[in-house]
Amino acid sequence: MLTVTVKKRRGSFSLDARFELPTPGVVALFGRSGCGKTTLVNAIAGLLDADSGRVALDDMLLLDTEQRLNVPPERRRIGYVFQDARLFPHLRVAANLKYGERRAPAQRFVTLDDVAGLLDLGPLMDRRTHQLSGGERQRVAIGRALLSQPRLLLLDEPLASLDAARRGEVLPYLETLRDQLAIPMVYVSHDFDEVLRLATYVVLMESGNTIAQGGVGEMSLNRGLRSIIGADAAGAIVDGTVLGVDPSSGLLRVRLGHGELRVEAANVAAGATLRVQLLARDVIVATQEPRHLSVRNSLTGVIMAVTSDDADSDLVAIDVGGTMIMARVTKAATRDLALEPGLPAWALVKAVSLRGHSFAAPSAMSGARRDA
Amino acid sequence: MIWLSPSEGEALHLSLSVAARSIVLSLPVSVLTAWLLTRRRFVGRALLDAFVHLPLVLPPVVVGYLLLVLFGTRGPIGSWLERLFGIQLIFTRNGAALATAVMSFPLMVRAMRISLENVDRGLEEAARTLGAGAIDRFATVTLPLMLPGVLAGAITGFSAALGEFGAVITFVSNIPGETRTLPLALYTALQTPGGDTAAARLAGVSFGLGLGGLLLSEWLARRVRRMLGR
Repeated sequence: MLTVTVKKRRGSFSLDARFELPTPGVVALFGRSGCGKTTLVNAIAGLLDADSGRVALDDMLLLDTEQRLNVPPERRRIGYVFQDARLFPHLRVAANLKYGERRAPAQRFVTLDDVAGLLDLGPLMDRRTHQLSGGERQRVAIGRALLSQPRLLLLDEPLASLDAARRGEVLPYLETLRDQLAIPMVYVSHDFDEVLRLATYVVLMESGNTIAQGGVGEMSLNRGLRSIIGADAAGAIVDGTVLGVDPSSGLLRVRLGHGELRVEAANVAAGATLRVQLLARDVIVATQEPRHLSVRNSLTGVIMAVTSDDADSDLVAIDVGGTMIMARVTKAATRDLALEPGLPAWALVKAVSLRGHSFAAPSAMSGARRDA
Repeated sequence: MIWLSPSEGEALHLSLSVAARSIVLSLPVSVLTAWLLTRRRFVGRALLDAFVHLPLVLPPVVVGYLLLVLFGTRGPIGSWLERLFGIQLIFTRNGAALATAVMSFPLMVRAMRISLENVDRGLEEAARTLGAGAIDRFATVTLPLMLPGVLAGAITGFSAALGEFGAVITFVSNIPGETRTLPLALYTALQTPGGDTAAARLAGVSFGLGLGGLLLSEWLARRVRRMLGR
């Protein structure tokens, strides 16, 4: 468990943050640029002195201003991947990687070979850092942080300085880390797509404050989050279980609640967890069992809430068997269909977008934390 | 040196020896001073800064005189050094090295400060998160990255040390084989009847050393820049 409470005032900006992350897991610090995400991460790393606060990782207390305890960054054993990589220009890639490893405690959970394998760093070892592409630099920076054998990994917008193609090149590596190393991570981002692919937990920040937090599924229904990503990008994020391939269509069958979705995805084994997003604008609500429709994805459930989204539309939350999804309907439709909580409903999903391949560590946190 | 007389060769050798001692003495102090002035905020920082630059604005004779007062056999530091370590600075080549070190100190600190100001503090933070303590960080990240400035400072300092005249002659006098460095030998030759050709030869040597130093400095700077990937 990572618990963080930090207060810091600097000029007119004030940070007042508080969150908890069950470990292992990936918490995304999400919010607009300038909302204090980096400041918060620096306070966790110890690079910034908090005015008051407490930071504890499992049984290790890193900061407690009440007890006047402040472990310096070099002894916190927190890996930090900076937005600008910050590789040492006077060292080759291999020496950069070994920098943290050489200063790490004797007990190791990853070796140079492990990291080189996970991040495909082998061919880069003898390179000078200025000979690396942006994506390669970030991979080296991630490897260097991992080799310092950290108990927590902080990633401050590691993909923000990369173009879309490079981003797509680095993201799968981050997914691999999450699934194979079981190291807790704090991932700072203002890009919701990255959050969807990586995070198990979301902390929402706004002008220096943490305003909401929870699992990704729960947070995908959050109003504050919706106001940041926009109504068109809003929708439930759900983790379904892969049942297998539907032979007639070639689509993947994914169980969600007591229904089933068909998703286009390759090479995911049955039993794996697949994260998908059902955009609210792509979900149609019916109050009777629909027939003679071209839409294949239909889920039955019960309406839990109807809330006003903007002047013209309402958001309808539907429980489809333990999982909540969201539909955006016009106010006229709410009136005509008399949508209200408790009413049985069918949710027809026009499009299902894939948000991350198999998750080895799904939102429901499980698995033993390694004691490195 | 076939074409230098024995006493001229001695002066050249002595100059190099004094300059080398001077650099050995002032290099660590100037790195530390540059670091203090760039990276630390403390009471008296402005005063230290001014003090470091004093030799640039004071007449060298004044610096020599002050050294004489402080490090002379009766001076507060000089008597102490002699009593405790048996070190005598006045009238010795080590004294000449001290005088040249003091005179070239501001030039060295300046070169290093500029270089240190260009070292990305983010890299030091990165080293910190990787477990490097203060001294470790300085030795493995800061110092290598400010190396161009350290080298430039050392070469400038060495060249200035070769040429220092006023402070040396005031502090340690003009003793053949002990403190008569190139400029002092040149001065002596000019004072001697018929010493014109000797003076010209010594001037030529000084010229060659200066030019060689500048070229070497340029070459080293290029190599280091390449090493740092710039």
